[in-house]
Amino acid sequence: MTINIFKFSSPATFYPLAGKLIPWFYGLAAILTVIGLYISFFVAPTDATQGEVYRIIFIHVPAAWMSMFIYLLMAGWAGLGLILNTRLSSMMAHALAPTGAMFTFVALITGAFWGKPAWGTWWDWDARMTSELILLFLYIGYMSLTAAIDDVRRADKAGAILALVGAVNVPIIYFSVKWWNTLHQGASVSLTRAPSMAETMLLGMLIMALAAWMYAIAAALSRVRLIMLEREKSSAWVQALLEQKP
Amino acid sequence: MGKLIATVIRRDLLLAYRRRADVLTTLFFFVIVVSLFPLGVGPEMKTLRLIAPGVVWVAALLASMLSLQRLFAADYQDGTLEQMLLAPQPLAAIVLGKIVAHWMVSGLPLALMAPLLGLQFNLPPAALGVLFLALLLGTPVLSLIGAIGAALTLGLRGGGVLLSLLVLPLYIPALIFGAGAVEAYVVGVSPEGHLSLLGALLIFSGLAAPWVTALALRIAME
Amino acid sequence: MNWGSWSNFFTMGGRGFYVWGAYLITLACIIAELGMLARHKRTLRTRLTQMLRLSKQG
Repeated sequence: MTINIFKFSSPATFYPLAGKLIPWFYGLAAILTVIGLYISFFVAPTDATQGEVYRIIFIHVPAAWMSMFIYLLMAGWAGLGLILNTRLSSMMAHALAPTGAMFTFVALITGAFWGKPAWGTWWDWDARMTSELILLFLYIGYMSLTAAIDDVRRADKAGAILALVGAVNVPIIYFSVKWWNTLHQGASVSLTRAPSMAETMLLGMLIMALAAWMYAIAAALSRVRLIMLEREKSSAWVQALLEQKP
Repeated sequence: MGKLIATVIRRDLLLAYRRRADVLTTLFFFVIVVSLFPLGVGPEMKTLRLIAPGVVWVAALLASMLSLQRLFAADYQDGTLEQMLLAPQPLAAIVLGKIVAHWMVSGLPLALMAPLLGLQFNLPPAALGVLFLALLLGTPVLSLIGAIGAALTLGLRGGGVLLSLLVLPLYIPALIFGAGAVEAYVVGVSPEGHLSLLGALLIFSGLAAPWVTALALRIAME
Repeated sequence: MNWGSWSNFFTMGGRGFYVWGAYLITLACIIAELGMLARHKRTLRTRLTQMLRLSKQG
C-alpha cells in the first residue's frame, strides 16, 4: 500500500488528519508517563550517593533531551519550508517553538531543584546548564523575531534563517561553554553528574523521554491546527469547517 | 570582485565620515560602559584586574551591537539597498564590503581604545597586547554575525532591542575565546589556543556570514 | 523499590521539597501549555465565526 505523503502537505487535508491523530498521541503520552513515573518511584532503587533526590532526573533529563531535539526539528521544518516553499513546513516550525521553549524552561528549573540539594547551589554555571540557558535564548529569539514580522512569508523565511543559524551555532556554543567551564574550574568535570546508572534508572529516563516526545507531538499538532485556521481563514475549507461546528 | 568590495568599502567609509558623530558615540559608549564597572564593583585593583578582560569584552559586544543598525538602515531608507539587490554584482560581495567598512568604523576603534582602558584596570602591559589582538580578531566576528541579525530585523519596529536579543547569544563563543585569551595570559598560560579558536571563528563567519546576510536581505526586501 | 511507609515516600529522605517541587513545577508548565492551547482555540473559533457571520451579512 503506497501512501502519498504529498497528499497531506496541504493544510486542507492535514487539518483533519492531525485532528484524528492528536488524541492518540495524548493518550500514548499519558500511558507512558504513568509507566515512567511508576518505574521512577517504585522500581528504581535509592541511589548510594544522592539518596532519593536523584529522582528528579526522570523529568530533568527527558526535558533536556526534548529541548534539544525539538530545536533541531524546528530548524529542520523551517529549513524545509525555506527551500521547498511549503507553507505547512513553516507552520510546523512555529508550532514546535513554544513547546520546545517549555521543555527548556523545565530542564533549567528541575536542574536547579536538583542542584541545590545535591551540590549546594541552585545554579552553578556548568557547561550543560549554561548551554541550556543559551538554548532558551535561541528559542525566545525565534519566537520574538517571527512575532515581530507582520508579513507571514517574510516571518517564515526570516525565522528559518535564524533557526538554522542557531542550529549551526549550538555545537559551537556548547564547545565554547565547555571550554570556558573546564578552564575556570580546573579539574575536568565529568559529563554527567548523574549517579552511575542502574538499568532501571536508564529505563525510567527513556520511558519518560518517550512520553515527553508523544506529548510534544500532540501539543505541536494542536498548535499547528490553530495556526492553519488563522492563516487560511479566508479559504473555502476553513469556512466550511466553521459552518459545520458553530 | 576585489575592486567591487573596495569600492563599497570606500563608499561606506565616506558616508560614515559624513556622520562622524555616530561613529564617535559608539566609542564613547564603550568607554562609559567600561568605566561603570569599577563604580559598581569597587576600585580594588586586584578585583579589577580579574574582571578586566570580561568587562572590556562585554562592553565591546554591546557597543558593537548598538552600531549594527547603521549597517543597512540608511541604504534601506533611501532606496540604495533595493538597487544593490537588483544589481548584477553578487550581493554577498557588496555585503562583505559594507561589513568591512562597518568594522573599520566601529570595531577597529574599540580594539585600539581597549589597551588604554585596560590600563585603568591594572592589566600588565603585555596583557594589553593580547587584549588588543583578541579584539582585533574578535570585533570582525561581531560585525559579521551582527550583520545577519541586522538583515533579519531590517525595518522592523522595536528593531534595536530585537536585534540584541537575536545576536547576543550568538556572540557568546567570541566572548569566551576573546576574554579567555587575556585571562589565560594573565595567569601565565599561553593564549595561543584561545586566539586560534577566535581566528577559526573569524574564518568561518567570514565565509558564511556574507551570503547568509545577503539571503536575509532578499527575504526582508521581497 | 520498597518505601516502607507513605511518609517515607513523601519526605523523600528529607529532600521532599526539591523532588516534589520539581515535579509540581513541571506539571504546572504542562497544564499551562495545555490551558493556553485551549484558550487560543476558543478565542480563535469565536473570532473566525464572527468574521464569517459578518462577511455573510455584508
